[in-house]
Amino acid sequence: MKPKTVNLTLDGALIEAEKGSTILQAARQFGIHIPTVCYLENLSPYGGCRVCVVEIGHNGGGKTFLDTSCTHEVREGIVVQTKSPRVIRARRMLAELLVASAPNVKIAQDIAARMGLLRVRFPMEDQRCILCGLCIRMCSEQMDGRALGFAGRGVTKRVSLPFETRPETCRLCRGCDYVCPGMVAPCPGIKEPGELCGRCTRLEEMPNCCPTGTFGCFCERNPL
Amino acid sequence: MRRIRTVFDLEKWKREIIAKQGQYETEISVCGGTGCHAYGCKKVKNELVKAIRKNGYRSKVRLKFTGCRGFCERGPIVTIQPQGIFYQRVQEKDVPAILSETVAQGRVLEYLLYEDAVTKRKVTSEKDVSFYQKQQRVVLENNGLIEPTKIEDYIRIGGYQALAKALGEMTPDQIIDEVKAAGLRGRGGAGFPTGIKWEGCRKAPGFPKYVICNCDEGDPGAYMDRSLLEGNPNLILEGMIVGAYAMGAKQGFIYVRHEYPLACRNAETAISQARKVGLLGQNIMGSGLDFDVEIAQGGGAFVCGESTALIASIEGKVGEPRSKQTHTVIQGLWGKPTNLNNVETWANIPMIIQQGSQWFSSMGTEKSKGTKIFSLVGQVKNTGLVEVPMGITLKEIIFDIGGGPQNGKRIKAVQTGGPSGGCIPAPLFDLPVDFDSLTQVGSMMGSGGMIVMEEGTCMVDVAKYFVHFLQEESCGKCLPCREGLKRMGEILEGITDGQGNGESLFLLEELAQVVADTSLCGLGKTAPNPVLSALRYFRPEFEAHIEQKKCPAAVCTPLIKYAISQGGCTGCGACQKVCPTQAIAGERKQPHRILAELCGKCGSCRDICKANAVLVQ
Repeated sequence: MKPKTVNLTLDGALIEAEKGSTILQAARQFGIHIPTVCYLENLSPYGGCRVCVVEIGHNGGGKTFLDTSCTHEVREGIVVQTKSPRVIRARRMLAELLVASAPNVKIAQDIAARMGLLRVRFPMEDQRCILCGLCIRMCSEQMDGRALGFAGRGVTKRVSLPFETRPETCRLCRGCDYVCPGMVAPCPGIKEPGELCGRCTRLEEMPNCCPTGTFGCFCERNPL
Repeated sequence: MRRIRTVFDLEKWKREIIAKQGQYETEISVCGGTGCHAYGCKKVKNELVKAIRKNGYRSKVRLKFTGCRGFCERGPIVTIQPQGIFYQRVQEKDVPAILSETVAQGRVLEYLLYEDAVTKRKVTSEKDVSFYQKQQRVVLENNGLIEPTKIEDYIRIGGYQALAKALGEMTPDQIIDEVKAAGLRGRGGAGFPTGIKWEGCRKAPGFPKYVICNCDEGDPGAYMDRSLLEGNPNLILEGMIVGAYAMGAKQGFIYVRHEYPLACRNAETAISQARKVGLLGQNIMGSGLDFDVEIAQGGGAFVCGESTALIASIEGKVGEPRSKQTHTVIQGLWGKPTNLNNVETWANIPMIIQQGSQWFSSMGTEKSKGTKIFSLVGQVKNTGLVEVPMGITLKEIIFDIGGGPQNGKRIKAVQTGGPSGGCIPAPLFDLPVDFDSLTQVGSMMGSGGMIVMEEGTCMVDVAKYFVHFLQEESCGKCLPCREGLKRMGEILEGITDGQGNGESLFLLEELAQVVADTSLCGLGKTAPNPVLSALRYFRPEFEAHIEQKKCPAAVCTPLIKYAISQGGCTGCGACQKVCPTQAIAGERKQPHRILAELCGKCGSCRDICKANAVLVQ
């Protein structure tokens, strides 16, 4: 049986996407790249990093709005733009916020580089956890461990074990480490605070500063 | 207590209550609202109980401990019926005189009456007080007439008649049509048409359905939902039962923060009394409707006022919002259709059912119907809860009801809508207050907070305050709200510290727009409003901080300098005594001066100086 589909416009092209899929899934299927941080296939979408925002409108005009493509399901007749000026402006600012708080996390560096950021206007911090929640979802959804969770609120939010002790349900499977973006060796290119070199996005050849040798894809989880 | 099985039972009970309460010659009502509690109304009430017992008035005088009457500035408020005498600022020591003079001999105690600020005349009855004159108290009216812990009081004034009418004479569709025709819009802030929401919930497939009352009010300076639930919980319950009947819900929740203990207690009492008399539970009034209400206590997180975060909190999860592509009326609590309304919205329902949609839509403007309760606070003479028809101007609220600014200063702006709203400057005070016109000027109705600010307020400081508030209340789930607000706070902090530069405002604006655009929930989406509206109307003030390193309102301490006017100083030495850092030098009877390097800029010298010789630059 043919799966049910809906028709939508994606970056100007009329496409048919499977009903129930998200905009992100549909876009990737058609080779359109939308950067993500807190999204991982086979884990439930979280919608926390907001980097995957797209501009959504309806056929026949009306107001458009931004929403995360990882949580927004395709609907009949929606018009989606993944690279409109409004999206780019928002994504650039999000990348700047992200890299300013975690300049030594590879995925933050990657997204900043890809958005063409060369200077960060905020004071740099050095957080290692970007609160993407991948480890928590990995633990509870794939490993059935439920050993991790968020504690605190707002700027004091952090990933924590229940009462800061390892529960019996944690089998030390290291699933959390496996998905953690902070565990990827970062680019050593950021030397001066606030300055991003962005060499990897400009050179034809792979610069020798890329630790993973994954020049061009930035991160395996974020395929172009 | 009896059980109400039919509409006739309700009527009969009402007649009996009226007959029974008719034996009292005098009714003394002490306001038991939160504001009056702070002024010590409980002591007054206890003293009255004792005095009534001692004087043997128990069969003659009924003492009522009512809900908030709104005029919180003048608490504790005591009214005496049937004469309709309105006493304000009543203290324990006034109680014997009230009983011996007013109750026994009918004499009015002049010194307890309210003095009109303009005419300087003493006012005897409540309706002549200028604070109440321009108001149209429809929802709040009964707060002062009933004791919230007694369901009999509510039945006596015609309570649960709307429910009887709805169950006996109307079909669910008729109720929804009536609410739609009334044009009621959600009072929680967004102003979504209630009837359409209800229709969506009724039509949504799924069972069971839920209704929720949102009493997680957390805006600084706003307390109207709290006062309604404290003062008239049965009104909310009645609205919820009518709504449950219209939408086919089986279970209701009142989500109230545990920081509102009186509201929790009174709502709990009302629910248990309603259960006892059969107004909640199985087969309500013989109509076959089964419905019950529970209280869900929140931990006091601001973000839990957002519908999806509130639902997560009731489910026992962390109060964090989720993506709202599928609305909660389709998929809400435990994935079932859920209708969530604000306290005030529910409170309007019984009146719409009983008096009809035409009556309701006769009040207000074309697109915003009915009345709205505002909590008028800040630097005005008469603070308190005001209920006004939609479309009244800000000027009327602030100057006619609020009595204008305190101590003769000029009013600079009014902040509406709490942390999600914005500041409206004084030149726009002719603006009619309704959902759309407030949004148009960059603020919003919100749940109804109204903070009046006079000329001594620094708008950069106000913007900073709200950003810091939201930064602390942000759940931290999404990046723009968590990091963006932190950065906005840093930039504003820099500006008030005199470290702002030419780029600061540009960056602040850009960041604010992105935070509004990309945040996950309503908290983040509206969080930049205070900053954006302040920038829109008070940009020169921001620029003064950055370019001239001066705070025009003399609030931001790093940017101001204290000095003593050599001509004005009498050399009394009062400032020397209060100065915590010994920064004031000078002989007695000689003009003093301030040593800048020691000055802590606390302002104590300015407060104490009788000659107004301390200047701030």
